[in-house]
Amino acid sequence: MDHQRAKERENQCIQEQPPKCMAACPVHVDARAMIDCVRRGDYRAGLAIFNKTVPFPGIIARVCDHPCQTACKRAEIDEAIMINAIEKACADHSDSDAKKPFMLPKKEKRVAVVGSGLSGLTAAADLAAKGYRVSIFEAADRPGGRLREFGAETLLSDAIEKDLSLLNVLDISLHLDSPVSNQGGQTLDSVLDEFDAVYLGIGPATVESSSHGLTISADGLIAITPLTYSTSNEKVFAGGGHRYGHDYSPITSMMDGRLAAVSIDRFLQGASLTANRDLEGPFDTRLYTSIEGISPEPATPMANRIEGYTQEEAEAEARRCLNCQCLECVKVCEYLAHYKSYPKRYVREIYNNDAIIMGSHNANRMINTCALCSLCKAVCPVDLDMAEICLDARQSMVDKRKMPPSAHDFALRDMAFSNSDSFALARHEPGHETSSAVFFPGCQLSASSPEQVTQIYEYLRRNVGGGVGLVLGCCGAPADWAGEKALTDAAISAFADTLKEMGSPKIITACSSCLRLFRNHLPDAQVESVQTLLAMNPLPESASTKIPAHVTIHDACASRHDNVVQDSVRSILGKLGVKVSELTDNRHLSPCCSYGGLMSFVNSEVAEKVVRRRVDESDADYITYCAMCRDNFAARGKRAMHIFDLIWLPAETDPAARKGPGYSMRHENRARLKLHMLNNVWNEKTAEEEEPMKLSISPDVSELLETRMILIEDIRKVIAHAESAGQKLLDGKTGHSIAHYRPVSVTYWVEYSSDGDEFIIHNAYSHRMEVIEGLSK
Amino acid sequence: MSENGIASSAPALTCTKCNIELFLGKVTVSYLGSEFPVDLLKCPVCGTVFVPEDLALGKMLQVEQALEDK
Repeated sequence: MDHQRAKERENQCIQEQPPKCMAACPVHVDARAMIDCVRRGDYRAGLAIFNKTVPFPGIIARVCDHPCQTACKRAEIDEAIMINAIEKACADHSDSDAKKPFMLPKKEKRVAVVGSGLSGLTAAADLAAKGYRVSIFEAADRPGGRLREFGAETLLSDAIEKDLSLLNVLDISLHLDSPVSNQGGQTLDSVLDEFDAVYLGIGPATVESSSHGLTISADGLIAITPLTYSTSNEKVFAGGGHRYGHDYSPITSMMDGRLAAVSIDRFLQGASLTANRDLEGPFDTRLYTSIEGISPEPATPMANRIEGYTQEEAEAEARRCLNCQCLECVKVCEYLAHYKSYPKRYVREIYNNDAIIMGSHNANRMINTCALCSLCKAVCPVDLDMAEICLDARQSMVDKRKMPPSAHDFALRDMAFSNSDSFALARHEPGHETSSAVFFPGCQLSASSPEQVTQIYEYLRRNVGGGVGLVLGCCGAPADWAGEKALTDAAISAFADTLKEMGSPKIITACSSCLRLFRNHLPDAQVESVQTLLAMNPLPESASTKIPAHVTIHDACASRHDNVVQDSVRSILGKLGVKVSELTDNRHLSPCCSYGGLMSFVNSEVAEKVVRRRVDESDADYITYCAMCRDNFAARGKRAMHIFDLIWLPAETDPAARKGPGYSMRHENRARLKLHMLNNVWNEKTAEEEEPMKLSISPDVSELLETRMILIEDIRKVIAHAESAGQKLLDGKTGHSIAHYRPVSVTYWVEYSSDGDEFIIHNAYSHRMEVIEGLSK
Repeated sequence: MSENGIASSAPALTCTKCNIELFLGKVTVSYLGSEFPVDLLKCPVCGTVFVPEDLALGKMLQVEQALEDK
């Protein structure tokens, strides 16, 4: 992922966009964070957040005209949060006062501020904090301008005096009874002689045309450029009530003072007055917040309107705040939730992980854990797809030889097994020289329910006609998920060659992942699912003899956008007369079962969370149409059936209770399926199977092997090597033999004993690190 | 990699090929181009080494993962 693309993806995520209240506030008070403090009863922290944006919190809390409340998301449900009243509660109930702002070192440049209303006071405070030497010239005998017009019920003089003590703290010179006019006394020209820049916060009164060099409009107001607050004199800036006449908005006046101070600072530093100012003032946020499922609740009433909220009232009102966030993807994805952040941050971590040359790649595991199921994109208001980002990162890791070898090794070896002679097969239907279609059952249905593959093949031969061939193998999805492009391409290209040799027949898949992969990689091929054919054709006679009363459907994540397959499964259940209920998150919103993206091989902790969340959604038996979904659910004790289990009934009396086979048995089932097909469909005599080494493995040890991803065929290799070479250790305490063998990149250790011709397995473990054996020099 | 505990937790092991008890000796382990000296039980005659389970699934795994993330 290059820097540009990472930036684009980061910016696409809207989670860090401000909430509507903050975006609507002319000075962007972080009302959400402030309210969160009040929710916890921490008024000091609430005031500190308010004070971070507002230099005079005691004043603004009492006089703000709160455009934030008009914008509040909660108003779409019932009533806006009483943000202004909560601000006032912060000022009233905090045990601390406004904090001294962070001040930059003093500069030589001097700025005059004419007028001490809110805009002038804010401009003065902001510029003084930036280190400028600031003097305020106020015509009246006390500062405050129109603030003094508020009645004592709203704003007591004490509150003004308390906040204005900041002027002393900031070392601002306040000159009272000091009008600046062009009629004697101090003039703008004389001020300009003395100061490097001037801010005019002179309120709504008109001015006479003067020698100030300022352009005055026909209605007697100074002409002010909206974005920069500049006037026709480059050293003079103006704003506040003068721009708005008698429609007094205290918070807008404050904004004017602040933004004019930004311009003055830029002017004095010789910087652009206009660059990067598009997010100043109120703007429309891109943040999306779902209000689904939130019950209406009116605003908390105030027992005493003059005193304002008591602490109890303020906290009750704060609890109504929606704490607006997007997090739509994090809410539905256990993987995204596990790493305790959200895509904007994840994109940055993934980019950094890819870009670093020295040091640890700390995001490797996070990148390799994603199920690549794109549920995040399905729920994202702006279609951000973590699957695309993680897959891209995996491909880059493989390209740079930075992919941890242990991450996908087991799954890739499983794929190699499926595409080896042990399982791979391609044949026309017996008696046919060509194929109109080929059945591609895939590796996992063959591993989980090999007998169904034989039954489906028979059904297809009867119903499709024109010669239905059989191709056994793996579609290449594990390599694709592992970021192994070359391996994926090789698997697809080998399959494409096979298809071509067979006359380019239609592909009929049993697995949603194969279906999607072929559609994506073989755009010219005609691909269809067994499920669709079953929906369109009469069901076989074996169906509908033992039907569960009530089921719910888990849609495969690979079929997220395949309505045809989704509808087909529902249509089959309809034909069978099964009562079906739907899960809340179904069809395009269905989560992965944890097999996707090889998640379960990389991070069993997250995989467990993912599958557990899904199985806990309903008590009904689940119907899946992917063998891995079925087996993953069944492994957690969930009653689950593949849709094929209702049509081609397995031998078990209760197929929903069947646990899927372990890794070793999955290999064996595939290998046996191939031999079975060759023997029974094509009447090809296969070489007699050698009697395999007899092993005795207790259920506990079996489970251990499964967890440690050690195959029985690897155990056999270790023992065969130890017994033939005589190279093993004897544990004097237990009498057990301990042997090890490293077929390729993993060393397997097996502790065993023998009973006649049978080997009893007591323990097995493995490591990837290589031990240099033999005698040292 | 620590050698602590290996000697005490390891059972009395004999190399069946050489019919001799294993002793604690210097062994080199390597992964992804990095090599480390470790004290492990080994056969004094043929050099066959024993890697105990707790080492393989503990410290050794940690080092493997750290090296994989380098």
